[in-house]
Amino acid sequence: MSLRCPNSVLALAMIAALCSCDREERQTRGKPLGETIPTVASPDTIFPGRATPPPLDPRAAQYEGNASAIAEGQRLYNWMNCAGCHFHGGGGMGVALMDDKWRYGGRIDQIAASILEGRPNGMPAWRGKLTEQQIWQLAAYVRTLSGQERKDAVSARADEVSNTPPQTQTKREPLRPADSDQQ
Amino acid sequence: MPGKDYASTRFSGLRQLTPQNVGDLQVAFTFSTGTTEGFEAPPLVVNKTMYVIAPWPNNVFALDLTKPGAPAKWTYEPKPAAAAKGVACCGPVNRGAFYSDGRLFLNLLDGNTVAVDANSGKELWRTKVADINKGETLTMAPLVADGKVLVGNSGGEMGVRGWLTALDATSGKLAWRAYSTGPDKDALIGSDYRAPYPQDQGNDLGVRSWGPDQWKIGGGTVWGWLSYDPELKLVYYGTGNPGPWNAEQRPGDNKWTAGIFARDVATGHARWFHQSTPHDLFDHDDINESILVDWPAPNGQRIPALIRPSRNGYLYIQDRRNGRILSADPYGYINAYNGVDLKTGRIIPVPEKEPKEGRVVRNICPGPPGAKDWNPSAFSPVTGLVYIPHLNICMDMGIKNANYIPGTPFVGADVKMYPGPGGNRGVFTAWDPVARRKVFEIKEDLPLWSPALATGGGLVFYGTMDGWFKAIDARSGKLLWQFKTGSGIIGQPISYRGPDGRQYIAVPSGVGGWAGAIVSADLDERDPTAALGFVNAMKDLKKRTTKGGTVYVFALPK
Repeated sequence: MSLRCPNSVLALAMIAALCSCDREERQTRGKPLGETIPTVASPDTIFPGRATPPPLDPRAAQYEGNASAIAEGQRLYNWMNCAGCHFHGGGGMGVALMDDKWRYGGRIDQIAASILEGRPNGMPAWRGKLTEQQIWQLAAYVRTLSGQERKDAVSARADEVSNTPPQTQTKREPLRPADSDQQ
Repeated sequence: MPGKDYASTRFSGLRQLTPQNVGDLQVAFTFSTGTTEGFEAPPLVVNKTMYVIAPWPNNVFALDLTKPGAPAKWTYEPKPAAAAKGVACCGPVNRGAFYSDGRLFLNLLDGNTVAVDANSGKELWRTKVADINKGETLTMAPLVADGKVLVGNSGGEMGVRGWLTALDATSGKLAWRAYSTGPDKDALIGSDYRAPYPQDQGNDLGVRSWGPDQWKIGGGTVWGWLSYDPELKLVYYGTGNPGPWNAEQRPGDNKWTAGIFARDVATGHARWFHQSTPHDLFDHDDINESILVDWPAPNGQRIPALIRPSRNGYLYIQDRRNGRILSADPYGYINAYNGVDLKTGRIIPVPEKEPKEGRVVRNICPGPPGAKDWNPSAFSPVTGLVYIPHLNICMDMGIKNANYIPGTPFVGADVKMYPGPGGNRGVFTAWDPVARRKVFEIKEDLPLWSPALATGGGLVFYGTMDGWFKAIDARSGKLLWQFKTGSGIIGQPISYRGPDGRQYIAVPSGVGGWAGAIVSADLDERDPTAALGFVNAMKDLKKRTTKGGTVYVFALPK
């Protein structure tokens, strides 16, 4: 008994730790994953001979809803002048990113592919200008512009002055099927 | 030509339509351009043919006015690069073509100027003058004078260096290029240059009025209107805003941005320059039209003058021989400036409206599109009035550091616009330039993004962004006739005499441009800063109009 008691305490502590780990996982140690971005996944494409689009890229899980990736993506979004065309998601020279209309797919890996490769009506190609990890981080931030992201993942303030409220101060939008991960 | 004449009056002398009969005006025919972008270019009518110039992808249609329904004779498809749309700050618009000597000259969004045979629609030459990879596009209407095609670049929000370029009209070869920033040799400022005021006189001010090297990416684009005086052989045009919008990043007067140049058309050499808005803080481009008139001075002399309803909210009347300001009066609501000092020629800024990094400055009027944006006024020699379709828009502005990455925006501002005092976003003002006062004013709910047309019969025409095309009495401003077109109107109306001898009125309908981008580019109204903050002032537009380009042509019943 004297041995079991600390064990059960330890077990409880581990459960608590696991629960808190549910929020996010930061990959700071261990074997690095290749930071590649798939360029073929577009859900709106017809895939002859096959009913389903390619599955979500496994790397997406490291970035989607990850507070650290989103914060870094937000910094890059201003830094690389994404905000100059897309503003805070409403669009301008570039398309709106907060709505549920996606020409080239709204999944995080598809957004990453659009940033990497550029798109024909004016989206620049950032291949070779940003690391692929930065592109994943940007894509993670773009995913939050719709307001559907959990409030404990988005940042409470921007790095720059803004005419929009911080993402933590806005009502969380209901998840829209068209934007969900497995579109 | 888009301005009707070299003096840019937008006045048609036709008098069949009058305040008495205009109420009977009805549709004669319509023509769809198949486009969904902002439709700004006026149709041109020459030799019984109507030339319709569409926005992106800049197709030109030649319509045969001698046949019922005006069928197309030919279509010219220039196929500009689609990527150009990604660097066109305020919609892939085109402001018109110029007809001269059997040829049409127009600019393509992707940086090419073309000459097209007006009879066959065949391309005669194509010259690349601007580079989209640097953020340059072409949206302005060229002006042809003295055998040269004058073209200026767009891209003031992209860190480009502004210029006006002259091409040989026959060959398309470069004749001269005058930059709006940089050393005097690049700006073509030489010994025949005399500034009207001392602050615009000095060596290499286009370099010295900037921080180190900032002039290389400093804006001063030439995307607006050119006027030409054939006697003085001078071309007049305004230069755009300095870049970035964040003025803390560019200390100094930032010459030769946000001012007006007079240049010798043959050589491009500057004769004079006046900077209306030194060290611009608010995107107050100075590209608006210059209307060339003879202005009666108090001593009875007639002064060759130009009238400019400027973006900064002042209507300047200047001696066009030397640039001296004869008068400068506010024609809209202004709280960001305290007038223009006529002794020094300098505008007087209001210090507390100056944006500072790290905070948002509220209630700046006029906002970035100014008291009036690109859409030109008309001048009627019959009434002696200037008809100014303009804006009543204010803003909150926060500035932040802008990073220069070629081919991406170089702005550094977070802006939110809203209606100015009174709540109406548009104003149509008739201005007496001699008495220096407003004669009448029509408040419009939506911003006025459509130019005006004045006719010899005593009428003035303009359109609204929800699609109403209106005729008013040129003397009283009384609404006499209106027609609801298919889309919002931001295009330039014209009047012409048809092959049957009747007077026609034509107007392009097709919402878009900066103010209409919320509809034409399907922007999201939940982001107040979208489209450089204009979306916040236009949240209702999606409910009030839809996109699509059509030319409407009206006439009295036979």
